Parts: sequence; structure tokens; C-alpha cells
Amino acid sequence: MKTINSTGLLKQASQRTPFQKVLHRITRHRSAQVGFLILGLMIAIAILAPVLAPFDPIKVLTDVKVRTPPCIHWLGCPADQPEHIFGVDGNRRDLLSRIIFGARLSLVIGIASATFAILVGVILGALAGFIGGWFDNLIMRLMDVLLAFPSLILAIAIVAVLGPGLINVLLAVSIVAIPVYARVVRASVLQVKEQDFISASRALGVSNFGLLINHVMPNALTPIIVQGTLGIASAILDSAALSFLGLGAPPPTPEWGLMLGEERNSVFNAPHLVFIPGIAIMLTVLAFNLIGDGLRDSLDPRLVHGG
Amino acid sequence: MTTFIIRRLILLLPVLLGITFITFSMTRLLPGDPCFAVMGEKATVAQCQEYRQRQGLNDPLPVQFVHYLNNIAHGDFGQSLRNNRQVTDIVMERLPMTLEVAIGATLFSTTFGILLGIVSAVKRNSIIDVVTMMIANAGVSMPVFWLGLVLAYIFALTFKGTPLWIPPSGRLTSGLSIPPLVQTYNLQNLSGPMLTLVTFASNTVTFNALITGNFKVLGDALWHLILPCVAVGTIPLSIIARMTRASLLEILGQDYIRTARAKGLRERVVIIKHALRNALLPIVTIVGLSIGGLLSGAPLTETVFSLPGMGTELIRAILSRDYTVVQAFTVIIALIFVTINLIVDLSYAFLDPRIRLQ
Repeated sequence: MKTINSTGLLKQASQRTPFQKVLHRITRHRSAQVGFLILGLMIAIAILAPVLAPFDPIKVLTDVKVRTPPCIHWLGCPADQPEHIFGVDGNRRDLLSRIIFGARLSLVIGIASATFAILVGVILGALAGFIGGWFDNLIMRLMDVLLAFPSLILAIAIVAVLGPGLINVLLAVSIVAIPVYARVVRASVLQVKEQDFISASRALGVSNFGLLINHVMPNALTPIIVQGTLGIASAILDSAALSFLGLGAPPPTPEWGLMLGEERNSVFNAPHLVFIPGIAIMLTVLAFNLIGDGLRDSLDPRLVHGG
Repeated sequence: MTTFIIRRLILLLPVLLGITFITFSMTRLLPGDPCFAVMGEKATVAQCQEYRQRQGLNDPLPVQFVHYLNNIAHGDFGQSLRNNRQVTDIVMERLPMTLEVAIGATLFSTTFGILLGIVSAVKRNSIIDVVTMMIANAGVSMPVFWLGLVLAYIFALTFKGTPLWIPPSGRLTSGLSIPPLVQTYNLQNLSGPMLTLVTFASNTVTFNALITGNFKVLGDALWHLILPCVAVGTIPLSIIARMTRASLLEILGQDYIRTARAKGLRERVVIIKHALRNALLPIVTIVGLSIGGLLSGAPLTETVFSLPGMGTELIRAILSRDYTVVQAFTVIIALIFVTINLIVDLSYAFLDPRIRLQ
């Protein structure tokens, strides 16, 4: 029993809707705060890219040398040299502008492929769990087979079939992630489906489809939200890896993985060209991982009720 | 236990069939005529017809699939479209390198991951815990190819001229080599699967050097393995450390830990004997899963460190449309992955008797 003095507080807390409770917890979660901060920054950079970028990201500059190290006037770089905060790459393009535009691509690829994977995974998993029987068996065995491949190897094989390119990378990374979502949703559906309120709704004449959409799905969504956030992180990593190997975005697209791949042989004489894109990838992935961890803690009903 | 193993093996069959079916369909879905891929754009219609007949490409797809399965079961993955070598030979040449890195990285990540996890859990909220968890968070977010390049920069360039210098690429220092076991032990009359096995052992440089007592080559090979293993091992290390910490913290709150402490056991015994043992199940799962991750990362690390493994060969095969190699490598890597998962499942039964009884 809490102290009498805090009755007001307790009352206030109990009046919150579940959504408000989660919101309350996540805004106070330390790692989620850091995650939201980085992600907010990345989104701002991506939206404001044309305003922020000092140069055209694919334009070859004429007045600079290849792989010039960073030059910042404020830090003592001679004023007669053009300012390139992150330096110039092997094709004489401004690295800062490429990093800024790269944020757009990474976020779009990460979110788009995770969304596609979630959509397909949720539909397959929900139908498998809800219909059951041979359909369930068929779908889940197929998912088992997809899970039997190491994810990046399968993604590479899919790109080999579809051919290199950004859209195909997006598809490959999504297909590889589908089984995870399908499994998570199916497990939740199986759990929810047996509960009394479902039988009650069925008795009231709610159609199968209505049951699935209105009653089963909302109860199965929590794990998907967490998994989805972490899924965006791995989608960004995987697509960067494919681009690094030369199977993804074609040059001169400002894609972080591709930028790293193009300059990997100059790591000893122009390390900035390798270090900076890598840090950009790491920060973006870190943001989604931290938010995912925060969401997991905030959405866990044991923590909500147990305190 | 035996019934448990047999049941798991039977459950594996449909998965294996599925793996081969998916890789088979993938290569059949590929754009372009395989005939032109092999014989060049100038091949005549008659030549192609003859080629298709010879390769069995005119048969109905189900018949082709059965032939394909039959060949795989006999260890025959066909010929490379590019250099007419047997794919099995290429695998025997390339697989050892990939496995050496995977094993080294597993040892590195498991040892240090569990150690860091224990320290973090025991000294919860201390500076060690905070730093370890920060590193672990960064570790899971790093692209492995980037970490590889950064390590190469630090150890090969910054430490140049110091004893800490580590070679950034290759398998052995140039000039060093090791004779194949067939030559060392005069096994010229070997053939068939035995020869394949000996070739495999022979190409596993560390193993070859160890059994022939060539410690100079062994040391050099291990020295070259350090950076790739650390690079590939860092992500699993982070995951293992996080999992060990979480799992151990949960166990440390249990009543029997309090009892163990109350009866006066030393803290070390409580942690290692009572807590860690019970916390092992999720850790083993994560270790198993991360070995799969290591295989996944092979194309990346091998590219970064210019290692002659399965990964670099897979990328070469894809870029040069050498589909038989792509097909074979995908199947083999998936088979290794499935085997590891099976071992993880079996180790559950070993670690937790309750699972055996179910």
C-alpha cells in the first residue's frame, strides 16, 4: 500500500489511458530519450537536406583535389581554401552534402522495407494463426525455411536473382524480415484467439474478419511495434551492407553504404571518407535500437502493473 | 535423449527440402538463358540445344529438381559456369577460411561477452556496467564492414612500427606457405570422399600447421586472424553481454540465490554455480543465433580483409553470374546454419532436463 499522501497521485495515474501510460513511461526512459533525440535530428537533416547541404551531392567539383581532408575555416583551415567540413571524396564531391542527402535514403529504405515486411508478415501470421490447420502449417513451414538461411546471405541471393539496384535491395531486405513478424503475430493471435472475449464476440455474431481486425489484431500489435522498430535498424544495416558490396544503390547515389564501399581501399590515406559514413550509419541504427529498447520496456504489461 | 535427437532430425527434413527447393527455384527464375551464360553470346541455336539436352534442362522442372537433389545427396554441386572447376573443389578450398574466422570470432565473442555480462550484472549500475552497456549498444548498431576498416586503420597504420601492429589483410605473410597434407604425408593414392576430407583439412591452414607442427605458419595464420575475428565478433559480443546481464539479473533476484547466500556460500560460488548455470539457456540461444550472424557477415568481413573465403567467392560468383556457385554456396551456408540451430536445440535438452521430458 502506498502512503496516504500520494492518494492524489495514485488517482491521477490510474485515470490515464493505457496509451498515456506508455507515453508517460517512454518519455521518461533514458535510452529512448537519447534515441528520439538522434532520430529527430536525423529526420530534420533528411527533410532540410536541400537547405542544409552546402553543395550538390552528386556534382563533381572542379576547384578541389581528390580526397581532400576536412577543411573548416573556424578550426584554422586557411581562408583561401574552400571549406569542406567533412572533406572531399574520390570523385571530388563534397562529403558533407552526400552524408546529409544520405540520411534521406537510409531513413526511407529502413522505414519502407520494415513497413513492407510488417504488412506481409502481419497478414500471413494473422491468417495462419486465425485460420489454423493446413494453411497454418503451409505458411509457417515456409517461414521456417526462410529462417533457415542466414539473413544477409538470403538477401544477397535474392538480389542476385532480381539484379542489383535500390528497389531490389529494399525488396530483398523486406523478404528476409517477413518470417520474424509472421511468427510474432501468429503467436499473439493464437494466444488471444482462445480468450473469452473472443468467444463472446463470436456469440454476438461478429464475422471472422471483424473479429480478426477489431479484436484479435489490436491485442497482437504490441510485440510488432517493438519488433518493427528494431527491424528498421537491421533493415538500414542490411541495405547499407548490400550497397557496400556493390549490389545496391548504383553510383553516384549518395548512399552511406555505397560511399563506404567506394572508398574502402583509401582507408589508410583518406580515413575520413570511411569513418564518417560509418558513424552516420551507426548513429541512425543506434537511434532505432534505443527507441526499440525503450518501447519494449514501456509496453511490457508486467512493468506497467507491477511497477 | 535419443528419441529427442531423432525427432529433431526428422523435423529437419522438410526444412532441408525447402532450402534446396528455394535455391533451385531461384536459379530457375534467373533472367537469361544459362546456355548463353556458359557458352557466351555467340553460341548457335544448335549448340544451345545440345547443351540443354546434356544438362537435362529440357526435362520438366520436377524431374530436374529430383536430379538436382540426387546430385546434392552425392556431394555433386555441378561445375562452375566460369572456370569449369567442380563446385565441390571450390567449396573445399574456400570453406576453411570462413570457418576459421567463424570459430575464432565465436571464441572471442562468447568468452568476453559472457565475462562482461557477468561483471555488469554483479556490479550493476557501477561505472563498469554503464560503460559496458554503452559499448554493447554501440556494438549492435555498428556495420561490421565499417568496424573492420576502422580496426585495420588503428592496428595496421596507427600502430605501425610498434609490437601492436597487426596485418590488415590476407591469410599469411607473403612468402610463407604450407604444403598440402597429401604431400606431407604421401597420400597420393587417396581418392573420393577421403581425398576431399584431407584437402579440406589441408586448406584449414591453422589445423594443417598445428598437426604438422609448423608453428611459424600457425603463429602467422593466427596473427592474421585477429582483426577479422575481432571485427566479426564484436556484434555478437555485444548481444551476448547484454543477454548475459539481463538473464543473470533476473536469476539473481530469485529466492534460491538468497538461500545460497544465507547459508554462507562465497559470492563467487553463488554467481558461477548457482546463478550462471540457470541463466545459461537464453545465453546459449543467443550464442547459437550469433554464429548464424557470423556466417551472414562473412561476405562483408572477407571483402574488407581480402580473405579467400566463401563470402568473397559468393560475391564474385554473383557479380559474374556464376549461378551454380551461388546456388551451391547458398545451400551449404544454409545447411551449416541449420546444423548449428540443431546443436543449439539439442544443447537445451542437455542443459534443461525438463525439455527432454516434454
